Amino acid sequence: MQSLDNIKAEASTAIDAATDVAALEELRVSYLGKKGALTGLLKSLGQLSAEERPKAGAEINAIKQVLTEQLNLRRDSLHAEALAVQLSSEAIDVTLPGRHAETGGLHPITRTIQRMETFFSSMGFDVVEGPEIEDDYHNFEALNIPAHHPARAMHDTFYVDETRVLRTHTSGVQVRTMETQAPPIRIICPGRVYRCDSDLTHSPMFHQVEGLLIDETSNFGHLKGLLEEFLHAFFERDDLSVRLRPSYFPFTEPSAEVDIQCVKCSGEGCRVCSHTGWIEVLGCGMVNPKVLQMSGIDPDKYRGFAFGMGVERLSMLRYGIGDLRLNFDNDLRFLAQFM
Amino acid sequence: MIISEQWLRTWVNPEATTQALSHKLTMIGLEVDGVATVAEPFSGVVVAEIISAEQHPDADKLRVCVVDAGDEHVQIVCGAPNARAGLRAPLAKVGAVLPGNFKIKKAKLRGVESQGMLCASAELTISEDNDGLMELPSDAPVGADIREYLSLDDKILELGLTPNRADCLSLRGVARDVAVAFDEALIEPEIAPFAVTIDDQFPVAIDAPAKCPRYLGRVIKGVDLSKPTPDYMRDRLERAGLRSIDAVVDVTNYVMLEMGQPLHAFDLDQLSGGIVVRECREAEQLTLLDGTVQSLEPGTLLIADHEKPLALAGIMGGEDSGVSESTTSLFLESAFFTPELMAGRARSYGLHTDASHRYERGVDFQLQWQAMERATRLLIETVGGEAGPVTEVSSDGDLPINDAVLLREEQIEKLLGLRIERFEVERILQGLGFWIVTQEQGWLCTAPSWRFDMGLEVDLIEELARVIGYDAIPAQRLTGELIATPVPETRRALRSAKNDLVARGYFEAVTFSFVEPQLQATFDPQTPPVRLKNPISADLAVMRTSLIPGLLKAIAHNVSRQQSRVRLFETGLRFLPGDEIAQTPMIALAASGLRDAEGWSAGKEATDFFDIKGSVEALLGSLGQRLSFEACVFPGLHDGQSAAILVDGHAVGRMGTIHPNVGKLLGLPASTVVAEMEQSAVTALAMPEYDDISKFPETRRDLALVVDKGVASGDVMTLIRDTAGGLLTKLDLFDVYEGAGLAEGKKSLAIGLTFQGQSRTLDETEVSGAVDQVLDSLREKLGIELRS
Repeated sequence: MQSLDNIKAEASTAIDAATDVAALEELRVSYLGKKGALTGLLKSLGQLSAEERPKAGAEINAIKQVLTEQLNLRRDSLHAEALAVQLSSEAIDVTLPGRHAETGGLHPITRTIQRMETFFSSMGFDVVEGPEIEDDYHNFEALNIPAHHPARAMHDTFYVDETRVLRTHTSGVQVRTMETQAPPIRIICPGRVYRCDSDLTHSPMFHQVEGLLIDETSNFGHLKGLLEEFLHAFFERDDLSVRLRPSYFPFTEPSAEVDIQCVKCSGEGCRVCSHTGWIEVLGCGMVNPKVLQMSGIDPDKYRGFAFGMGVERLSMLRYGIGDLRLNFDNDLRFLAQFM
Repeated sequence: MIISEQWLRTWVNPEATTQALSHKLTMIGLEVDGVATVAEPFSGVVVAEIISAEQHPDADKLRVCVVDAGDEHVQIVCGAPNARAGLRAPLAKVGAVLPGNFKIKKAKLRGVESQGMLCASAELTISEDNDGLMELPSDAPVGADIREYLSLDDKILELGLTPNRADCLSLRGVARDVAVAFDEALIEPEIAPFAVTIDDQFPVAIDAPAKCPRYLGRVIKGVDLSKPTPDYMRDRLERAGLRSIDAVVDVTNYVMLEMGQPLHAFDLDQLSGGIVVRECREAEQLTLLDGTVQSLEPGTLLIADHEKPLALAGIMGGEDSGVSESTTSLFLESAFFTPELMAGRARSYGLHTDASHRYERGVDFQLQWQAMERATRLLIETVGGEAGPVTEVSSDGDLPINDAVLLREEQIEKLLGLRIERFEVERILQGLGFWIVTQEQGWLCTAPSWRFDMGLEVDLIEELARVIGYDAIPAQRLTGELIATPVPETRRALRSAKNDLVARGYFEAVTFSFVEPQLQATFDPQTPPVRLKNPISADLAVMRTSLIPGLLKAIAHNVSRQQSRVRLFETGLRFLPGDEIAQTPMIALAASGLRDAEGWSAGKEATDFFDIKGSVEALLGSLGQRLSFEACVFPGLHDGQSAAILVDGHAVGRMGTIHPNVGKLLGLPASTVVAEMEQSAVTALAMPEYDDISKFPETRRDLALVVDKGVASGDVMTLIRDTAGGLLTKLDLFDVYEGAGLAEGKKSLAIGLTFQGQSRTLDETEVSGAVDQVLDSLREKLGIELRS
């Protein structure tokens, strides 16, 4: 059976040397095919004696099996090599930017109002909006600011006609709510407001968020607690010092201005806080009983508090924006920083 | 209100540094806006007298002075032109350190030794005056430290007062608050009636008692206006921001600062007959002290004599009746004018004076006598003369009345969340000048005549709170009922629509609600806009009737800054005129420049109508078939590329490419597209209604239709939808073609119709039947044929 060993050695070498699947297939045909060498040997078994035949048959089959396995292995390996070549030819520059729809962004004023809304909503306040051209009654009279009240001079009002103004604050919305809704009331009123004043630090249009709470039990301490909590949440700083100091608004009594420790210099004194260490961020107070009464709420039964804050001011402090006018230029180089 | 700290400390002197005092003032509601120094720090400067001044042997402009510095005589070489024997001036001795860390040493000037430096006022930062040596009064104590002598360590406190605190427009008022806050005694100057030595009086009549309930006048004769204002008075006035004018005006201003009562002195010799306080008559004119001639408006209150107007009551005196150098007899006025009736009057004349400021906010209506006596004494001490008796005309019924207000003890804690001891309540209110009577529930309190803001119990509680300090009130957590806020599923928050636009590449803009009238008219020539009576400028004069002009200006701003692609949106009200001004919440978007942001795989096409339409459809997607578009011409937009946005057939907005003329006007690329619609359309959501999913296969038929160019594809789709029957589940317009192979004036639409049955597989004849039905009606109604 010398030739059998020769065939095996020869076939095995040829399989290892095959460089593609087609060559391999040829080898398979030439050794294992119907007219292949091994098949030929099997066919010639009949010439052997009955004693030799089984042994010789088994040997041939064993070799056949070995070669078949070798062929399969070699085929898999050739496939793998070919795939590897293909994949490597399909390589891309993965550092190229991805293909995507460009996204825009919300204005920082909206972003700030939304943060305020989220905070106060979590405290059970509803968001209410109202008209921007407001009548004299809702903007002034109902808030205890009669004609010729000195406080009107502080408002620099835009007039539409004798009885209508561009609202100087969103307090009119609070009045409208008190007129139509029975206590308890917990609302905030975000929106545009207008003052006839324009310079580096004043815009004729800006935004406020005002809040109102009316119930039977709230006091000045609750107002203080709520605002402290809000300011801590807004600036995400629990150690931020907050102080209330007496002020005057016709619609609240007692009234307070709220200062925070300067977020820029932490109270050391800098340009942002005019070297005082404090920055005024909002006004507030207990609702004046006259205001409740005018809107049909019994001041002997109910009381509450109101507060109002300038959105631009808080937004500018939060994001470090130095110039108020940037808010209204709508320059993409500004807007794109709030994506 | 600006005041000298040292002057304040003559009234009340708490053991507190300037800083602590300022802090306390701020925390009791008298906000200190600023603390200024009188002079920068320096040391070693004394009052000195020049004994002799000789010409320097080697320098024309220098003099060699022997100077008495109190403890020694020193030799000073000095170049000041006013260096002369007998002059008292500040001397910086050897070792002195002047502002700017300028150290004074012994020096030789042209060979002559100088043991120090005589100073000009500017060198000590006392004033800007650098023309020569600062001339001190001849009685200045030689040797005294100049800082002490001129009280240069004084600080100037600038108070930002709220309009309700007119009582603190005087030193006395501020001192009263400080005294209560620090629990210190208030040191009031003694104000005794001044001895009347002549009988002269000048008659007074009030024709308008409601506006002027009290008027006091007094004749003072034999005054000498060449006498100077005392130094202390001039310093205090200057430190309060008032220029020294003459002794008489200075005294009236001084008493006003000290007590809060504006006073006016007339030259008695210029008055005829008597004083009449009356409203002005028609066509009267008055030349004021500032030299302006005012035509008097009806309703203006005047101080007049029997012949002519003399002064705008409570605002400003007249030029002709004012005090001058030659004045020898005065008529001094101390009056009360009703605040509400004074309000706004000065402003209507473009004036704002110290007097009008106080009268509008409220002057103590019981102060007139005291102020008159105080001013008389100071005047006669300063300019001499003799005083006649005071003439008073008062109308008690027109004077303000401060009603007693009940302060309930329990209300204090209810409102503040802080209990205040009874004795503390009483101490504070009494210190502030309230008259209090103890009651079972609390106190019956009558406000002093200088407070006009104390009509309610809460006003009193605020006084307690501010004196005790808001810091003392403990912060508390909110408590309350939890109340649900139901949200309908058919509404979404505007926030969600904004987020959609952000995801589609739009940045949010915020533009002014008032716009340029002309630009607005370009888009809305038919609507006369709501005009502001007092706009900030001509280009911000009318309320917007659309958000589009503002957005386009914002686009232009960015385009002119080399932005190749701009997408902006804005939300807000637009204002339409009418008896009720319609204030409608709108949302608008605008896109300009490249469709895609520049990138290696992005196209380079310009944005067009269908980009913004895609955004609009996305915003309104929930409306489904309720939404439609209709070609429409809008001012400012491209005649052939604009559409009305309709919901249920009603217009809710518009969109289109901007008109080329508008593009030119604003400097915008032709590829600028805009859309605007009502917010209510954008926040409406469809309520989902579930349909069973069919288990049976779909059948699709594609049709290539030849259509007249003028026929809107939307109409074709609607017609197909209306005629295809209930088995049509989907309709897609997947190609539009014009050009070769088609007749002139025609276009081809490729439309896919998908049919599906809910309960069975559709057979061929059913589908063909539906398609034939569609083709028939397309042919019949729109002249549409299948493309061959």
